[in-house]
Amino acid sequence: MQAGLFLQTLITGLSIGGIYALMAVGYSLVFSVLNFSNFAHGAVIMLGAYAGLALATRLSLGFGLVLAGSIAAAGIIAVLNERLAYSSLRKRKAPSLYLMISAMGCAVFLENLVYATIGSRFYAFPEFFGRQVINLGSSSISLLDVAAFLFALAAILALHLFISRTRTGIAIRAGVSDMTMCSLMGVDLDRLIAIVFLLAGGFAGVAGVFLGIKYLVYPTMGWVTNKAYIAAVIGGLGSLPGALAGGLILGVVETFVSTYVSSVIRDVFSFTLLILFLVLRPNGLLGQDSEEKV
Amino acid sequence: MDYILSIVILACINMIAVLGLSIFTGFTGLFSLGHAAFVAVGAYTSAILTYYYEVPFILALAAGAAAAGAVSLIIGIPTLRAKLRSDYFAIAILGFGEALRVLLENFEITNGARGLPGIESFTTLPIVLVCLTAGVFVARNFLRSRWGAACIAIREDPVAAEMAGVRLFRTRLLSLVVSAVYCGLSGGLLAHFLSFIQPVMFTLLQSTQLLAAVIAGGMGSISGPLIASFVFIALPEALRVAQMWRLVAYGLLLVLIMVYRPQGLMGYSELSTLISRILKRGEAR
Repeated sequence: MQAGLFLQTLITGLSIGGIYALMAVGYSLVFSVLNFSNFAHGAVIMLGAYAGLALATRLSLGFGLVLAGSIAAAGIIAVLNERLAYSSLRKRKAPSLYLMISAMGCAVFLENLVYATIGSRFYAFPEFFGRQVINLGSSSISLLDVAAFLFALAAILALHLFISRTRTGIAIRAGVSDMTMCSLMGVDLDRLIAIVFLLAGGFAGVAGVFLGIKYLVYPTMGWVTNKAYIAAVIGGLGSLPGALAGGLILGVVETFVSTYVSSVIRDVFSFTLLILFLVLRPNGLLGQDSEEKV
Repeated sequence: MDYILSIVILACINMIAVLGLSIFTGFTGLFSLGHAAFVAVGAYTSAILTYYYEVPFILALAAGAAAAGAVSLIIGIPTLRAKLRSDYFAIAILGFGEALRVLLENFEITNGARGLPGIESFTTLPIVLVCLTAGVFVARNFLRSRWGAACIAIREDPVAAEMAGVRLFRTRLLSLVVSAVYCGLSGGLLAHFLSFIQPVMFTLLQSTQLLAAVIAGGMGSISGPLIASFVFIALPEALRVAQMWRLVAYGLLLVLIMVYRPQGLMGYSELSTLISRILKRGEAR
């Protein structure tokens, strides 16, 4: 019985952690290149979910097409978001806090735009995965959780390969280490950053669809991204393997806290963890050195 | 008339909190995305004191402000001692604010997420104006003191300031506590004006709104942020559009300010600067 509960908690935690990781990867990717906390990431996730929802309910497309459509929509929104709200600040080399405030403005704008036009109703996705469960000893896993977890892993692995193997990936990594130098080497920064936002938006789309299927679709669903920030900090801001590790760790730890201690204390616990990490280990588990330069 | 009066009072209450954040952000150079938490502490402390214990209003206000100052030490001591990067600090205090709100939603004495209704409405326009004037006076004197000079030195260049003998940790902490006290006072006034407070009134959005007023008004200015915060409160009311569209416009405004006028309304200068400059020139001759 106890072992069963333990295993069940672990599995639930991992599946939530997988979604956290998906969100944290997009957030972390932007952070690593532009060095600011993109608070609009949650709003892009929300819009991705709405786009997926529209495709699934209006056009009754299958899961694969819904996911693809949502990735495309969220990717484009993220690129537009950068063009309109960040690019001029970036070119002016404004302090990262200004970018953060601009991002916050975008989040408020997009969220309330959805409120004002679509409304605050909660929508549900059609049941793509049914209610099938896989039994594992005394505990059971829903098919959705398995799919979300595996897909998160696969997508992050694909991104890792893209960044470590392709020319564009090399350019992104060069941009992470030194933007100015990177542009001197002939990299088109605008294009590079557009690609970064396209990737981040794509991940936001995936996260949005899985979040929407697992829970529901509503204007403030992007607020869960708070957890993605925490996951990214735990793993090390700007580090992709860190975002994955941080997401999984946060998901598991949170689920254990809410199962064994109390679900009320869960969020307080997560935020405390955030502060502890920032104070004691600001580079996270896998992050690189990030001293503020003089 | 009552309606206009209530907008003016609300705007003035908001201005007190913005004034506090201006000391911390505009003059000490540290950004905070969690100052709504200090407003919440002030609001709840003073409201609980007058509601459950029938403490006189003025004492409750003072207690709220003091409590906010004390709470700011909890987050200030570890993060400021660790000399976090400025954006990490902003995220840390954001996390603190959110955690505090979750706690408020779950304490029994705060009546949880449902909020605390039936707080007596003691706050009147004269009281608010006295608080605001006193606040501006104290802020001005603080900024002209040794401590204020140290704060400004840190904003300009923390490393150089430290070399010159300014104690970074102490000065920043002092600035944080002072700003939290202002926010606490503002919270106490708010609670006794609305006579109803709820944890959702003190979210990240609220913190952003405070910070946005400081930045829109201009860093290193007292009058700029005050004007900006007044405009932020009064303008949507004057336009009287539906709540959602107000927030849509507000989000857009934040982005536009950052993109087109990041130095804010009166970056590093005051409303009175023009006059005083002319006067000073006369004296010099």
